[in-house]
Amino acid sequence: MPESSSAAPEKQGARAGIHPLARYLGVRAGLTILLLFGVTLVTFTLTNLVPADPVQAALGEQAAANPEIVAQFRANAGLDQPLPVQYVTYLGNVLQGDLGVSQQTRAPVADDLGKAFPATAELALAAILISIVLGVGLGMWAALRRRTITDQVIRVVSLIGISVPSFWLALVVYFVFFSQLRWFPGSGRLSPAAIPPPKVTGMYTVDSLLAGQWATFGDAVAHLILPAAVLALYTIGLLTRFARSAILEVLDLDYVRAARAKGLPGRVVVSRYVLRGALVPIITVLGVAFGSLLSGTVLVEKVYSWHGLGEYAYSAATKLDLPAIMGVGLVVGCVYIGLNFLVDVLYGFIDPRVRVA
Amino acid sequence: MTERGMTDVLAVQTRRKGRLRISKQLRTPLAITGGAIVVFWLVIALLAPSISPYDPLAQDFERLQAPGAEHWFGTDQVGRDVLSRVVSGAQVSIPLALMLVVFAMLIGSVLGAIAGYFGKAIDEMIMRIADLVFAFPTIILAMVIAAALGPSLTNAVIAMLIVSWPAYARVTRSLVLGARNAEYVIAGRLLGNGPFTSLGKDILPNVISPVVVLATLDVGTAILLLSGLSFLGLGAVPPTPDWGSMVADGVQQFSSWWIAAFPGLAILTVVLAFNFLGDALRDALDPRSQEAVQGRAL
Repeated sequence: MPESSSAAPEKQGARAGIHPLARYLGVRAGLTILLLFGVTLVTFTLTNLVPADPVQAALGEQAAANPEIVAQFRANAGLDQPLPVQYVTYLGNVLQGDLGVSQQTRAPVADDLGKAFPATAELALAAILISIVLGVGLGMWAALRRRTITDQVIRVVSLIGISVPSFWLALVVYFVFFSQLRWFPGSGRLSPAAIPPPKVTGMYTVDSLLAGQWATFGDAVAHLILPAAVLALYTIGLLTRFARSAILEVLDLDYVRAARAKGLPGRVVVSRYVLRGALVPIITVLGVAFGSLLSGTVLVEKVYSWHGLGEYAYSAATKLDLPAIMGVGLVVGCVYIGLNFLVDVLYGFIDPRVRVA
Repeated sequence: MTERGMTDVLAVQTRRKGRLRISKQLRTPLAITGGAIVVFWLVIALLAPSISPYDPLAQDFERLQAPGAEHWFGTDQVGRDVLSRVVSGAQVSIPLALMLVVFAMLIGSVLGAIAGYFGKAIDEMIMRIADLVFAFPTIILAMVIAAALGPSLTNAVIAMLIVSWPAYARVTRSLVLGARNAEYVIAGRLLGNGPFTSLGKDILPNVISPVVVLATLDVGTAILLLSGLSFLGLGAVPPTPDWGSMVADGVQQFSSWWIAAFPGLAILTVVLAFNFLGDALRDALDPRSQEAVQGRAL
């Protein structure tokens, strides 16, 4: 996230004698809040200043031809107010959870998003777990075997990972592993006969575990594997490349050499010294990776009838349902900013240099 | 020798050195494979009208024929030849992606250079807008903008431009910040160069190569993004033979796997080829990976 952050508030903090970590977190939190406002500004601008006339869209052609109805509508919707006033109104609505009404489901966008969110969170979390394990693992393997054939093979694999169009891979994997081989269930989050577990988080795997329903858990995991694997491929490629170069960077540093010189076994050196030193750049890219996973769901969920944000965004996009699209943009943008804030917080704890700088 | 002459010589020398290193590093199997595939697709894109077996738009044939002697890649749901459409698709995706990357690089590096060189309010303004773009995952923001502008290839490209320039702005800004106070730049200023001459003639030529590498790395991503938008119905409008929308057709005709399989393979090979090239180029220009060549394995 923005490394070009403002220096001024930090100086003030130093004067007041605040703990450096608290000061660092305060600055990050302030920037995060500013960015969140920025996101609403973007969605507001796109909804209001674009060529598509919101009046026409909301009223339909016939009503839009009647100047009286139009004037009435504009007054009701506050469209006759100056733009800054409109923005404040919009912001007030957003803060109260009013994101408008979807043109295709005729339901409030916020409700639709609330239903869709846990599904996508489940999918994205599963995918990021797979990516961390495989991506960091492969990256470390490649770094330790640099300039060998293993390194080259891993490089090609990771390049393929970032080059495959996910929407196409979703289809191919569906076709091969469901339609042909029948190894995995094809679509949905549970088999049609299964009853969803009692709702706690909305994520079926977690909820079924909480309720102790093992059969439902197995079913949910089986449904999760294909879409999560498809989504993960890109982030595996991304993480492998980053992990490799991050690990290469610390591999030759003096402290690692010292650890080896004092006779520590290779495994200890790698896990306690190398991996720890490489953690900060790896965590940085995790934020980016999660963002690309959220984007990926838009292209993948549709194929697997996974009723999450992605499928919602897909159908909203194909039908040009603007309030719904802006709602997705707003939610995903906020989640992404929140995640990057988390990454920044982690930084502060992991790397003492960050707090001071 | 005047100071101006000295700086020129210095600049030329560093550039020559860089070029030598690059050409040597680019002779890796991956880079050569990538280059060959890129050339292959560029030739297809150039010759598309004459090598495509049928009219890509003509709905002349029996629908949903499996691949065979007549139609190597089969026919789609309205009876168009899939091979012809894949071939013509090269004329849509590749030039648009290249154009997009060039424009994003131009806009981004100019804005980034201005921000880095002049600093203060203008820097803040440009970079805060860039931060805002980075606050969204790429496809999501591109999708939101493309949807607001209305579906068309032009609007998709505009949306992609809006989401791609900030990366270039950031890189150029940091490079310009580093070079702004270099001796040769100050020498130029002392000899009477105005800010724009200084920026354009002294600084930019010396910082532009990493930006160009970034652009090369971006071509693959741009093709992926464009086809993704088309897949969503926010890019190419039917009946334009765009690879992304052809894959979307395949989603509707699931049992006829060839409708989506071949355009998808086309996207994969082009993107992979550009990424092979970009990867080798990145290695060639990264001094640390030079050390890695000489370094020992643990």
